[in-house]
Amino acid sequence: MNWITNYVRPRINSIFSRREIPENLWSKCDNCGTMLFHREVSDNLNVCSSCDHHMLITPRDRFLSLFDGGVFNEIAVPEPVHDPLHFRDSKKYPDRMKTAQKTTGEKEAMLVAAGEIGRTPVICAAQDFSFMGGSMGMYVGNAIVAAAEEAVKLGRPLILFSAAGGARMQEGILSLMQMPRTTVAVQMLKEAGLPYIVVLTHPTTGGVTASYAMLGDIQIAEPNALICFAGPRVIEQTIREKLPEGFQRAEYLLEHGMLDRVIDRREMRAELITVCRMLMRLPPPTWGDLPKPGSEELAPEALDAISAAKAPHPAKPKK
Amino acid sequence: MAHYLDFEKPLAEIEGKAEELRAMARTNAEMDIEAEAKALDRKAEQLLTDLYSKLSPWRKCQVARHPERPHCRDYIDALFTEYTPLAGDRNFADDNAVMGGLARFNDTPVVVIGHEKGHDTTSRIEHNFGMARPEGYRKAVRLMDMADRFGLPVVTLIDTPGAYPGKGAEERGQSEAIARSTEKCLQIKVPLVAVVTGEGGSGGAVAFATANRVAMLEHSVYSVISPEGCASILWKDGGRMKEAAEALRLTAQDLQTLGVCDRIIKEPKGGAHRDRAAAIAEVGRAIAAMLDELDGSKGAELVQARRAKFLNMGARGLAA
Repeated sequence: MNWITNYVRPRINSIFSRREIPENLWSKCDNCGTMLFHREVSDNLNVCSSCDHHMLITPRDRFLSLFDGGVFNEIAVPEPVHDPLHFRDSKKYPDRMKTAQKTTGEKEAMLVAAGEIGRTPVICAAQDFSFMGGSMGMYVGNAIVAAAEEAVKLGRPLILFSAAGGARMQEGILSLMQMPRTTVAVQMLKEAGLPYIVVLTHPTTGGVTASYAMLGDIQIAEPNALICFAGPRVIEQTIREKLPEGFQRAEYLLEHGMLDRVIDRREMRAELITVCRMLMRLPPPTWGDLPKPGSEELAPEALDAISAAKAPHPAKPKK
Repeated sequence: MAHYLDFEKPLAEIEGKAEELRAMARTNAEMDIEAEAKALDRKAEQLLTDLYSKLSPWRKCQVARHPERPHCRDYIDALFTEYTPLAGDRNFADDNAVMGGLARFNDTPVVVIGHEKGHDTTSRIEHNFGMARPEGYRKAVRLMDMADRFGLPVVTLIDTPGAYPGKGAEERGQSEAIARSTEKCLQIKVPLVAVVTGEGGSGGAVAFATANRVAMLEHSVYSVISPEGCASILWKDGGRMKEAAEALRLTAQDLQTLGVCDRIIKEPKGGAHRDRAAAIAEVGRAIAAMLDELDGSKGAELVQARRAKFLNMGARGLAA
């Protein structure tokens, strides 16, 4: 048209296109479609700030926000026999594993760590839904057994975050055998008199729900998490009728007496600290960083809490 | 034989021919067909032996689900005396998919629990095709608890496609009920022996099969998922169940190698449904032998051994 279109615009365009915009800077809420800035998402623990939808969170990210100062020690999980059945469908099982390891950067579908939450020593295990649907195979079984053994050894509560499509088909019967296996792990905790707290996250289904994920002393779920044995599609096909709104969701289970509580992820840390400390008969928690002694902002309750914490106690939390 | 499986078709033809010949001979006394009919019988016999000596995993699934295969009720009637069924979970209902109660096995009082599939349309509906609801598992927990308190060994008979996937079952805590049943299996201080008689369907089977000894009938199967379900997930095609059955390693023979099955119970030629009495008797001998092995063990030892057994499960895979 004129000199501007011919010369200026391409240059402007090239300036804009040259600027590298990382693709993952913005993400879309799976529920309401709101575009969310990455920092906002991570600050909000992957909960949508507009509709409170709880999106997937990796075990590592969860632990970073859960443990005091984001500090935790990963607990080694014994390696199981690889591909015990020589399973292959359209792909070989070891190849599927490699792909999952590459995309997640994790070794397997469960992360176990020791650390402190609100200065309460705990063991945490979290299942990774992004790793082959979080499926329970021998590694996950080993991880839960290792977590329980560590908890018993150190005399700490075990907090388990479940998320899985169920058992790992590629390990056939051996994945099914993780149901009794992990149940033994839960029994070790119970016999040692240690709390076992299960946090059910979206989705927890199949053999996982029918074993360790339903045997907690306290059963907490994240809002709207799908929690079931048989999935809604299977049931609809079997009974040929539409299922009610919210069926098998956390709130529905709470209403039917299958859960103790449904708690927002952003309040989960405080919830777990409170519950663990009471079950371990520890003094009430001190929230936030301890203010300097003699500080004016110190509320009388906080002073009480500090003096209680200072009082000699058999299981005083170590610094 | 009323019910032939699809792979038994050639056999059905030969047996049908022999039957026809004999029918003709009955109406026509002058015909001498005996030699020919006997030859056909021999041929059928040979074919049956061949077919059943190398059943593919999928065919084993079919045999395991055979409608004429002996079911829980048949085993209880033939192997136990004074069977006293006990009903209800004391919470909501009685589940007919699970039968159980007090009985005597070789004069010893025991608690027997099993899945019942039913044998005709009416009874199949009554027993919900052997698919238990939470009440079934809670009844089992109650019975195992009782066995524990009175020092009675527990015998479980497993034959279920899986736990029932229904709306009410989910609402009343199907997964919790299964988890508690598995937990109870691990806790009781009495001998617990399990026999997979037909289908060992996933969590619904584990809930009863977390036992000191697990025996499987020669052509029974035990799996994390049905071959149809596995195929529809992996290939989005439920029709590829034959491949899925191969991949899942669900036969008694593979499970023995993997350490999941402790003992294989031989079936009569042509499967348990061709000679029910013989199959039932063989199961009886296996139960007796397994109880014998555990006889004299202390309660704590039994619990410890059961735990160790399941903790070590999966330590070895199949040979390459």
